[in-house]
Amino acid sequence: MSVSSNPVTVNIGPQHPSTHGVFRLKVEFDGEEILDLEPVFGYLHRGTEKLAEERNYSQVITLTDRLDYTASMTNNQAYVLTCEKLGQIDVPERGLYLRVIAAELQRVAAHLMATGFLLQDMGAMGTPLMYCFRERERILELFEMLCGARITNSYMRIGGVFYDAPESFWPALRQFLAEMPEYIDEYESLMTGNEILLGRTKGVSSLSIEDIVNASISGPMLRAAGLSWDVRKSDPYDIYSSLDFEVPVGTQGDVYDRYWVRLQEMRQSLSLVEQCVSRIPQGPVRAEVPLIFRPPEGDAYVPIEAPKGELGFYIVSDGGISPYRCKIRAPSFINLTLLKEMLIGRKMADLVVILGSIDINMGEVDR
Amino acid sequence: MSPSVLENNALYQSIYSAINWVMPDFLDSIVGYAAAFAMVMLVANLVLVITPLFIWFERRILGRFQQRLGPNRWGPFGLLQPIADAIKLIIKEDIVPRGADRLVFNAAPVILFMPVMLMVAVIPFGTQFYLVDLNVAVLYIIAVGTLETIGIFMAGWASGNRYALMGAVRSVAMLVSYEVPLVMSLAAVLLWAGSMSLVEIVDKQPVPLILLQPLGFFVFIAATIAEMNRAPFDLIEAESEIVAGYHTEYSGMKFGVFQLAEFASVVVGAGFITAIFLKGAAGWSFLPSPAWFSLKWLAVIFCIIWIRATLPRVRVDQVMAFAWKFLLPLSAINLILVAVEMVIWPSPNGAQLWMIGLINFAVAAVAIAVLATALGHRNFAPRSPQIPTSTVVGEKVV
Amino acid sequence: MYGIGIAKGLLVTLRNLFRTPSTVQYPEERVEQHSRFRGQEFSWYEERCTGCASCAKYCPLGIIEIVTDPSQQAIQDGDKYAIEKFDIDIGRCMYCGLCVEACPYDALFMGSGFERARYTRDELFIPMEELKNATKRPSTWFRPQLEGKGYDPQSGQPLGWKDVGRHEAPDYEAMQRRWADR
Ligand code: SF4
Ligand code: SF4
Repeated sequence: MSVSSNPVTVNIGPQHPSTHGVFRLKVEFDGEEILDLEPVFGYLHRGTEKLAEERNYSQVITLTDRLDYTASMTNNQAYVLTCEKLGQIDVPERGLYLRVIAAELQRVAAHLMATGFLLQDMGAMGTPLMYCFRERERILELFEMLCGARITNSYMRIGGVFYDAPESFWPALRQFLAEMPEYIDEYESLMTGNEILLGRTKGVSSLSIEDIVNASISGPMLRAAGLSWDVRKSDPYDIYSSLDFEVPVGTQGDVYDRYWVRLQEMRQSLSLVEQCVSRIPQGPVRAEVPLIFRPPEGDAYVPIEAPKGELGFYIVSDGGISPYRCKIRAPSFINLTLLKEMLIGRKMADLVVILGSIDINMGEVDR
Repeated sequence: MSPSVLENNALYQSIYSAINWVMPDFLDSIVGYAAAFAMVMLVANLVLVITPLFIWFERRILGRFQQRLGPNRWGPFGLLQPIADAIKLIIKEDIVPRGADRLVFNAAPVILFMPVMLMVAVIPFGTQFYLVDLNVAVLYIIAVGTLETIGIFMAGWASGNRYALMGAVRSVAMLVSYEVPLVMSLAAVLLWAGSMSLVEIVDKQPVPLILLQPLGFFVFIAATIAEMNRAPFDLIEAESEIVAGYHTEYSGMKFGVFQLAEFASVVVGAGFITAIFLKGAAGWSFLPSPAWFSLKWLAVIFCIIWIRATLPRVRVDQVMAFAWKFLLPLSAINLILVAVEMVIWPSPNGAQLWMIGLINFAVAAVAIAVLATALGHRNFAPRSPQIPTSTVVGEKVV
Repeated sequence: MYGIGIAKGLLVTLRNLFRTPSTVQYPEERVEQHSRFRGQEFSWYEERCTGCASCAKYCPLGIIEIVTDPSQQAIQDGDKYAIEKFDIDIGRCMYCGLCVEACPYDALFMGSGFERARYTRDELFIPMEELKNATKRPSTWFRPQLEGKGYDPQSGQPLGWKDVGRHEAPDYEAMQRRWADR
């Protein structure tokens, strides 16, 4: 007697607990194994690039908040950097420092969220997620002090940041910096050595550097594979060239390395913030830039190292009050390029873990 | 007059005398049956009351594990939360998907719930405090317990949903795998007690069996957690993978019944662990025996919740590998060990008990370590947190 | 060895079991809110507002509707039009605060509350009457004069239009620089 089996097609998403938003995967399963898959995007498409053409330069900042809504600060930063390059604006030193502080705190928050959700996808019943959110909450509180909002910050402005930090911000930040490493140690002892986690992540979806580079993947995924490529080092913006930090790299490029790289990057970010806090000069935080900003004709592209990878805005100006074209290089979207290579032949359970380790954000993927 | 199987059942006797006192004389002939019925109602409802309490307890404790408050709005400490949930579920719309097999779909919750209630019958909640002292209780537990899978499979199959089907198939695969080490570890217990009756198993433990058969306990609790579909083996309803598994399509009170059955099976499973490995209701006399049972039972429950709060889920192939490659050999080692010891010391005295315990703990440690190392073919050592000096690649990459 | 990582993890969760919860029970307890918090209900000072509609123009979503009557002149704090309509549709507002940033006369402030949730979208519309009559606890967002005074909207003390101060005088030159080409 022979038993024949047919592959089943399952639509994972757009409403599924672990597709991180409205991502849809049409997957063909043979039992638990993935035979083929087809990603479907666009459920969260809001036409950000087109909307940007209809708004003036300052108003676009509010749109960038909503790209990768787990890392608004870095989105702001990439956008205002591009505008400043377009308009050749010199930003006061203190403004740059404040931006870097905000961006690095945001990186910690985004990595916390990525780690928490990776563990959640692995089935850890919310505990690591809650712990990660507990600390993320403190970062969001710092943001609230800084700019009055927690997620959609709109903190940065063309020519600096919108205002100086309030007095109460600095002691709170120092306290956070003092306590945070302990919490990272706690995550490490909760998760890093856990045999189940190791079994689920080691060797899962290893990618070679060549493949990753050819697919133009960036961020922790690239560094996990062993290539030390960080825009903050290779093409420093703001004040990163004067700061001292390491770029943690993995060896295998598997899920575990991505997780590990993120944890180490959090520590590096904290040290960056510490350096900024100790060195921040006094002075203005915002260059004199009119609210209706009119850059000269031309174009500019500035990449930055967002938590998820290289985020860049390419803006063409025709001399008017709004961008003629605004192209966004969204790391989440490009990091999904090798989805097939990573997933085919793996199990259902690996699918969610791998998706979690890529750390996509649909706001950015669909834009 | 009373059914003979209930002859020395204290619970039954007290209910019997109470009813006998109330009933008029001419109804004497039915007092026995009335008492038996009352007893069944009592215990069955006890489980139905304890399960929501357990749900509340789990949610509170889980909340505290996660540094949350947990449900605390309804009643003192949120104790009425399960009732509020039930009311919410009852007034919810009951949806049957178009592609579902209506009959099977509707029958599945009942079929799932039935075996849990049946299993309660043999748990000795206290000295002389049980529904029935079945002489094949262990066999009965295994036989009835596996029926649950039929309910799960019916639900998954009838839903007409592929996530549900996947959950159902996983459930069957897990049943097939985990029943083997479960039974093997129970066999060692049976060897020790020489009886299949749970009451006698409790009586035959000179000290809680966990001290004498740690390996058996480990295998049994792992397999039970897997059979109860609890983390880290909750593949059947792995919410991050297959949404909710077999009950994806259920809503309203049918979903509620699934939840109830699931939590009740934890309640019952913890009861078995308490009876078989923790010497059931035995304890010092300053507390009544059901209190001892409850305390031990609470400890087991707490550990199960604790494990759930901490561990990530195991992948489906790893779950199978864990059962076949790890638990099965361990349970075999345990069985052989106990058999040999039973031959050497047929009726051990104090010193010999110490010997047995020490040997078994040593063997357990060695066996787990060796087997784990042999199976951990991947490098499980976490990387030391040191960062390689960065070599920045400039313009050209690779 | 196998199992050590799991045991460590179990100890971490056990330690957290005995910590105080990091969440609070919302309606009774509240987390501390900072004075810059960009809240939902706006604080609008009619006496200050000149009806220049800078806020409406600068709002990315165009949700502030202003109708003025230029035939009348009401003098309170500088020249101004009679404002017939000043509505904010917070159902579409994203609380970016750009309108506050744009207001040259410090007439518009972000609110400090977050509880203006309603059951229908229509009720999310703040008409002028409501803005006028509301108890005003403005957020200090983009209003350094309030921050300098150490005003905390959470203290519950409402501020009148004379108390909220000016953060820059609206002189013609500055306005030119701020709005027009460099
Ligand atoms: S806060 Fe932003 S969206 Fe809301 S009214 Fe002001 S400018 Fe418009
Ligand atoms: S910008 Fe200020 S003064 Fe002008 S209309 Fe708006 S609130 Fe009134």
